[in-house]
Amino acid sequence: MADPTIAELAKGLTDTQNALNIVWTMVAGFLVMFMQAGFALVETGLTRAKNVAHTMGMNFLVYAIGIIGFFFVGFGLQMGGVGAVFGGDPILSKEFVIHLFGKDFGLFGTTGFMLHPLNLYTAGVAATFLFQMVFMDTTATIPTGACAERWKFSSFVLFSFVIAALIYPIYANWVWGGGWLSALGTNFGLGHGHVDFAGSSVVHMTGGVIALTLGKMIGPRIGKYTADGRVNPIPPHNIPQVLTGTFILAFGWFGFNAGSTLSGMDTRLAVVAVNTMLASATGAFGAYLYVKAKWGKADPSWLANGMLAGLVAITAPCAFVSGWAAALIGAIAGVLVVVAAVFIDTKLKIDDPVGASAVHGVNGAWGILALGLFSNGTYGQGLNGVAHGVTGLFYGDSGQFIASLIGIAANILWVAPVAALAFFIIGKLVGNRVSAEDEVAGLDIGEMGVLGYDFGGGPVSGAASGASKPAAAGVPSLAQSTK
Amino acid sequence: MKKIEAIIKPFRLDEVKNALHAVGVSGLTVTEVKGFGRQKGHAELYRGAEYVVEFLPKVKIEIAVPDALTPRVVEAIEIAARTDKIGDGKIFVVPLEEVVRIRTGERGEDAL
Repeated sequence: MADPTIAELAKGLTDTQNALNIVWTMVAGFLVMFMQAGFALVETGLTRAKNVAHTMGMNFLVYAIGIIGFFFVGFGLQMGGVGAVFGGDPILSKEFVIHLFGKDFGLFGTTGFMLHPLNLYTAGVAATFLFQMVFMDTTATIPTGACAERWKFSSFVLFSFVIAALIYPIYANWVWGGGWLSALGTNFGLGHGHVDFAGSSVVHMTGGVIALTLGKMIGPRIGKYTADGRVNPIPPHNIPQVLTGTFILAFGWFGFNAGSTLSGMDTRLAVVAVNTMLASATGAFGAYLYVKAKWGKADPSWLANGMLAGLVAITAPCAFVSGWAAALIGAIAGVLVVVAAVFIDTKLKIDDPVGASAVHGVNGAWGILALGLFSNGTYGQGLNGVAHGVTGLFYGDSGQFIASLIGIAANILWVAPVAALAFFIIGKLVGNRVSAEDEVAGLDIGEMGVLGYDFGGGPVSGAASGASKPAAAGVPSLAQSTK
Repeated sequence: MKKIEAIIKPFRLDEVKNALHAVGVSGLTVTEVKGFGRQKGHAELYRGAEYVVEFLPKVKIEIAVPDALTPRVVEAIEIAARTDKIGDGKIFVVPLEEVVRIRTGERGEDAL
């Protein structure tokens, strides 16, 4: 056998690198998929036992809805114009663009719908689809917490399609699909444009803004506020679920952030993972210190919110900041989430049973601001077509901070009105809220037809025929004696 | 014969049980119950807002004893269950007409 040529060696090396990148991205995507289980446990644990089948049911079906909506519509809108992925040909390269101020503004992609045609369905495109899909589904499952214990299931189904097919993909295109927010750097000299490494704005702020909008529109749970406007807390039913779910989320988050290198060759992923870990710790501990000082007890719902807030906040800047900055960003997030949740609860009077708006919305915005402040210029060379590393205000680039502010404003101005309009229309079609009778009795029977927890004592359970036999001769069975 | 019902703090159950053993009580029934007294429960905080826990968890002990033993049993419960803090509970003593040991058919104090 002849020795391989230099060209053959080079091709082998490139193929190996592409394979490593795809394998890393897939494994990270699988981790992110498992975050659905974390969300399901956190949201179900923080609400009441009479609604577990409904709350968990929403968190379950949103995974399927998300995949279907993203397959038919969302993926094409988001990534149809992104260009080449994973070293392949630039198949996804049709972006709808408008021209303003002499510049191109990419608004959405126009190819890749249903992963069709066949020449488009490459390994690189498939890896992109899976990874982007599980991110999108994280957004889609955030409003189910804010609207828990009163959201009509059919309205939830329709609205989740709107997130998967429209609200999320458009903003994601602007940031990750080659759209106009990512071009603020090349077009207007604002840093690298709006940068969001793993989705503080794209994923979390989008979900949080939807959560706040829908929470306002659907109204508080019955009994949440007294007639004179005081808060009537509705305690959670299962704290072990909440904390187990939070751990699952923190685990999956390593895929979320470190996987967003989209490259196993990019060893920066280790720095990303450590920054993520640091912020999760300071988030939880910051919340603990603040809550302990303010109220005296370590309410676990705040500890969970604090860890998640730290994770949400570090998601955008995780690749660009120093270790101390990651720890600081997380600590501020841990305090901010408590202040924001109490403000939303007591001042805005928006009933968000799990604190989704404060965790994902407020801290998503904080993460973007933190990127614009703390990025130290050591990473991101060439990102969005700008040569130097991503550099925040504290390291001398005010343009990056302005781009972050524009990114936040664009998120709110796109997401809130579209979510409100879609929710309004769906409300007219099928109704958004369950009846007061079902809400008081619990949504499990009213909406799902089965109790999540059935201990056999309730009026709903009945002995199935043949299920019980006499235990021993001479002992009459209860089933026989009670006709 | 008397039936003694005592509502006590759950964490005092072991001490009360041991004290009852010491004075010669041979059996008792324990139930987990909830209720409130003059304090009407107590306030807790969830996510920074106050709520009232109206029904506090307690343990109810039921014992059937011969008349002669009654004062010593009441005293044993009183001492073992007392923490000198609100919510220590109450002891009720009521007359008991009849006791039957189901296995043997014994009646009255023989069945205790």
